Amino acid sequence: MELLLDSLFNGVAIGSVLLVAALGLAIVFGLMGVINLAHGELMMLGAYTTYVTQLIFKLPLLKPFYNSYIIVSIFLAFIVSGVVGILLEKTIIRKLYGSPLETLLATWGVSLILQQFVRSVPLAYGTGLVISLIIGLFLPATFPSKIKESINFKYFKFSSWILAALTGVLTGSIISSSVSKLSRASARNVDVTAPSWMRGQVEIIGTAFPKTRLMIIVITLISVIAITLFLNQSAWGMRIRAVTQNRQMSDCLGISTEKVDIITFGIGSGLAGVAGVAVSLLGSVGPNVGGNYIVGCFMVVVLGGVGNLLGTVLASFGIGIMTDLIGAGRLLSIWPDMPTPLSNTINFFATTSMARVMIFALIVIFLQFKPTGLFPQKGRMVEN
Amino acid sequence: MRISRRILAGLATASLAVTATSCGGGGTSGSFDDTVTVGILHSLSGTMAISESTLVDTEKMAIEEINAAGGVTVGGKSYKIEYIVEDGASDWPTFAEKSKKLIDQDGVPVVFGGWTSASRKAMLPVYESKDAFLYYPIQYEAQECSNNIFYTGATPNQQSEPATDFMYKRSPAAGGDFFLVGSDYVFPRTSNTITKAQVKQLGGKVVGEDYLPLGNTEVAPIISKIKKALPEGGIIINTLNGDQNVAFFKQIQDAGITPSSGYYVMNYSIAEEEISTIGPEFLEGHYGAWNYMMSIDTPASKKFAASFKKRWGSDRVVADPQESAYNMVYLWKQAVEDAGTFDDNAVREALVGQTFDAPQGPVEVMPNHHLSQTVRIGEINAEGGFTILEETGVVLPQAWNQKHPSSKGFACDWTDPSKGEKYKL
Repeated sequence: MELLLDSLFNGVAIGSVLLVAALGLAIVFGLMGVINLAHGELMMLGAYTTYVTQLIFKLPLLKPFYNSYIIVSIFLAFIVSGVVGILLEKTIIRKLYGSPLETLLATWGVSLILQQFVRSVPLAYGTGLVISLIIGLFLPATFPSKIKESINFKYFKFSSWILAALTGVLTGSIISSSVSKLSRASARNVDVTAPSWMRGQVEIIGTAFPKTRLMIIVITLISVIAITLFLNQSAWGMRIRAVTQNRQMSDCLGISTEKVDIITFGIGSGLAGVAGVAVSLLGSVGPNVGGNYIVGCFMVVVLGGVGNLLGTVLASFGIGIMTDLIGAGRLLSIWPDMPTPLSNTINFFATTSMARVMIFALIVIFLQFKPTGLFPQKGRMVEN
Repeated sequence: MRISRRILAGLATASLAVTATSCGGGGTSGSFDDTVTVGILHSLSGTMAISESTLVDTEKMAIEEINAAGGVTVGGKSYKIEYIVEDGASDWPTFAEKSKKLIDQDGVPVVFGGWTSASRKAMLPVYESKDAFLYYPIQYEAQECSNNIFYTGATPNQQSEPATDFMYKRSPAAGGDFFLVGSDYVFPRTSNTITKAQVKQLGGKVVGEDYLPLGNTEVAPIISKIKKALPEGGIIINTLNGDQNVAFFKQIQDAGITPSSGYYVMNYSIAEEEISTIGPEFLEGHYGAWNYMMSIDTPASKKFAASFKKRWGSDRVVADPQESAYNMVYLWKQAVEDAGTFDDNAVREALVGQTFDAPQGPVEVMPNHHLSQTVRIGEINAEGGFTILEETGVVLPQAWNQKHPSSKGFACDWTDPSKGEKYKL
């Protein structure tokens, strides 16, 4: 019983890391059909946001609230990665809809740019730049419609960008002068330390579980529930599903497909940011952190069936449980006196490297029989 | 064949002199008769840049120190050392390519370079075919002994063997079972083969081992294996690489695998630099084994640390690989002065037997092109340094490990033509 619980928990823990990382991609790649190779770097931005938030919460003014920085950073990471995603959509991806190969190359280029950006720009000014982007993109939207419709709106828009740039430079210099660690560019990996209430273990039914793992599971669950509710219950969610199913028809019926694209891409990117917070709790934060997850993300989405959230959820937990089952040699503890050739085989695959090989092999075999994944769904990709 | 090699070397030296005079305008070599240019080849970009750039800094500092003390004196003439820094870009074929460039185009008499075993293996054929000389400063898995490479880092018997011995006999977990964790590449696998043989000799038991593919940070399956194999605590030997250590230590601490619950980790790749990146709060109470530790309380060690901080910034630390890099520059200088020429073959002969008062204590170049060194075991403390627990006497290097099944009974000796790279003892 204890063994089963332990194994199940480990599987869910590994799976939830995969799921939170793949969730954003399930939307961007699954619903929109955009192969976004910069997805990992959007995760990385989320991880760096956690790091910056952590340092800012160490300032005397915010010190009393230090323990809650991780909660704040989840929201900030969503906004930061979401805004960068929106900018990416507006400037590059929009021009490339329908040409997957060009999208692939362009987003790969973007991923390299983002990696080099965090290496060579001091994080304080990076933060300033992101703040400018947020203000510049969203301030004009808050103007009353009377101004929006006036002929001079473009001047308002222009002046709000100037305001945004000034605020960005100002916050950049304030952060840079008050937090010395953020004032210099560095290619060195940085470290996010979980607040004290998240360190250590909790005991549930006689088994001890690491708190950070539980936290990641909670983050994942909340993200999945929130995104499901959004897609199924809200008006925008309905529009997104409509555009996914039939773009021309939705367009004819007066849905602004352009807006739907921006929102979908923004949400997918924002979820990548949330995933960044989760992975920053597990390892160190560096320019390459996202690259380590991108292959796994695509694997999960393809296995689950492109365009289906439930498939993504099941695929990631399935892979998680298999990883633990094979990698930790669980079958040996369940059935200790199995015949020697069988136990030797299991032992051979009971290392992390070999478990990975085995799982990739199993997925390849599975896709031979069901090339469209666990739950194939009709989407824009299938239409084309 | 031999003559033509000499002529080539002579030509190289001559061309050096030409290069030196042609671009000597910039230098302020007022009190020097001439200059000599050496090559420095480490990764300044890519994943290894963080580690390897510290070596470039150290080598530059050693060269500056030598120049300030009057340079290299050869045949009554004083030479100022100049250097060409090339970037290996964390890409192993690039190391080979840049080596060719330094040897053929720049005609340097010596190259200081490399970090990973993969980069060294890529460079080795270049130096052997051109009969040039590479100085390699990193602790490594040994099982190699080239006439053209001079190794100043520790061999396994100068690091892992005394460490395993300490863990099994004198650590708080003495007599306990072993679990081996490493990154999936040549160094951890070779090192662990040696550890397994040694643990068996000592009468202990290795109850499990696992390797994490490079770049992977999911440690959960390894943690469940450790808990299953060592339910009451025990000894963990860690040869993980770089950032994977951060994931490993964060996650094992959360899972309750800590010194206070009886688990002690001995690390072979964590020095002062890495402790500050991972965070001492995750590492306190675990162990490390090195030849040099910043906390060595001798004038030579303090001077080394102080001059490095003075040259590169007060927040910088020095660690074992840097000390090896520092030693190799000085040993080369001494050998050149003894040989009275920059010629490869003469320097190679003069090199064996050189002694140097290194920051770690006296070191000597052995006939197998490795150094005799002192081994230290330290406990990681809350300040991010090592509290030194043990210090061996001088340990002789074994290029061919005596515990590894494939190399037992072999040795290397380049001073005796009948012995060479690998002979039976």
